[in-house]
Amino acid sequence: MTGNLLINVENVGIQFGGLKAVQNVNMFLNQGELVGLIGPNGAGKTTTFNMLTGVYQPTFGTITFDGKNLKGLKPYQVTKLGMSRTFQNIRLFKDLSVLDNVKVANHNIAKHSIISSIFRLPSHFSGEAKMEQESIEFLKIFGLDVYKDELAKNLPYGMQRRLEIARALAAKPQLLLLDEPAAGMNPQETHDLMELIAFIRKEFNLTILLIEHDMHLVMGICERIYVLDHGQLIADGTPEEIRNNPKVIEAYLGEEVVD
Amino acid sequence: MKKSKAFWVFSVLALVIYAVVQGLISVGILDLYYQNILVQMCINIMLAVSLHIIIGITGQFSIGHAGFMAVGAYFSAIATMKLGLPLPVGLLIGAGVAALAGLLVGIPTLRLKGDYLAIATLGFAEIIRIIFLNVDYVGGAAGMVITNMTTWTYAFVSVVITILVIANFTNSRHGRAAISIREDEIASDAMGINTTYYKVVAFAIGSLFAGLAGGIFAHNFFIIQPTTFGFLKSFDILIYVVLGGLGSLSGAAIAAIFLTIVSSYLAEYPETRMIIYSLVLIIVMLYRPSGLMGTKEITSLFKFGKKGGSQK
Repeated sequence: MTGNLLINVENVGIQFGGLKAVQNVNMFLNQGELVGLIGPNGAGKTTTFNMLTGVYQPTFGTITFDGKNLKGLKPYQVTKLGMSRTFQNIRLFKDLSVLDNVKVANHNIAKHSIISSIFRLPSHFSGEAKMEQESIEFLKIFGLDVYKDELAKNLPYGMQRRLEIARALAAKPQLLLLDEPAAGMNPQETHDLMELIAFIRKEFNLTILLIEHDMHLVMGICERIYVLDHGQLIADGTPEEIRNNPKVIEAYLGEEVVD
Repeated sequence: MKKSKAFWVFSVLALVIYAVVQGLISVGILDLYYQNILVQMCINIMLAVSLHIIIGITGQFSIGHAGFMAVGAYFSAIATMKLGLPLPVGLLIGAGVAALAGLLVGIPTLRLKGDYLAIATLGFAEIIRIIFLNVDYVGGAAGMVITNMTTWTYAFVSVVITILVIANFTNSRHGRAAISIREDEIASDAMGINTTYYKVVAFAIGSLFAGLAGGIFAHNFFIIQPTTFGFLKSFDILIYVVLGGLGSLSGAAIAAIFLTIVSSYLAEYPETRMIIYSLVLIIVMLYRPSGLMGTKEITSLFKFGKKGGSQK
């Protein structure tokens, strides 16, 4: 399943005023890989995500996605290239129905223009029908099709997390970025989520980069792991290597006391 | 399909309303006073619905809507009075120029958010007003004299077109994109929506219909003056949208009808008019803080057991 280089991050860093939030990050993902990004709170994981998706422009370094340099691209342009994400603090369109949430992400699969929608030309109906059909397919995969007319804000928490992943998938990504998908979930829900991630990865031939605090989840499904601390990459390797890396243990637990 | 069913229901309803009112007018039951109120109502519905697409759908807080109304009013008046063109052409020109003005104002200001955007749009509306105030070609402060040409038919057809276009825009992938900007701009951007484009488009469509309303308004009185289009007018329009419920097209229209009736009945008591008008607003906001309709549409009231958002 592992194939060509999909995304390559070279010496990327970002500075907010005098603060170097992230610096000298080098990482890469091959097609089909499932990679974890971990680190203590405030290590710069989400900032890194924001740089990858174009929310922030990196101050230094280059990001190459699928052979294209992402410099200067807006988030929606990055998404169109084939990268989509979920958010750490759920950002659903709360007052839209579950179905419409997915339809928004499906926006670019239909091509009918504003004029054809206003005059209700045939292309409007065929485009909308296509979006409706595809969106329902995505909801079915996540078992959300029964809630399709419910407002997104009325869904229980775990369902909202699933809906966010469904929405991100509807944007047709090659690379899916998941920002703490298991945050706030109980062990059973986390377990189901792991299975779901493994399933969609196979089904859609996805490459996944995952930020997560739940070590069980990360160690369980990731093939490689990057560790960030204080804005710098301190380690990378297989879960086994990371588990035994003294620097990682130090970052998480503090230095060993010598007596 | 259910959407085209809603369309036919709307069309039949519109025809019935038109036929009844036209019938009452030709029989002579509705005299000029009532006709004027009806035209006024149509103008206010157009203004409310055109601001609804900017504030209620796209979530961009603009309080300079009277500026675009002024553009439509003046340019349609120039077309009919100075150039001698027929009224429909004048209305089209007014609406077109207003849409252009919307584009020009929208492209720089829509980078701003929330309060800053509100202040910038207010500023632009004042600039537009002051330009008309200082151009002698359109009469300056004294105003421009205009022949009364608007009829109930013109006003009603304009309202129907306005509602149809905005409802059709809303119930499409473009409308959903605009609503997603209102709900969460960052997420919308991350889902591949070109947020700037949709903000500008919504702003231009809103301005276009504000311009159309301005054209109807200009030809309904014998004179237009820049003072008519001050920021108080912008707030009047804003009140229709907020009172109707942000995000509800039918709410905005109902609020516009309701407040037009209230203010025309209160015209008989000029000294207490503004007090009662304000009290009505306060009472409605106390008991219905989300507006008359919330984000629901009037069509969703007929669908039992089916929950919908701002979609029809």
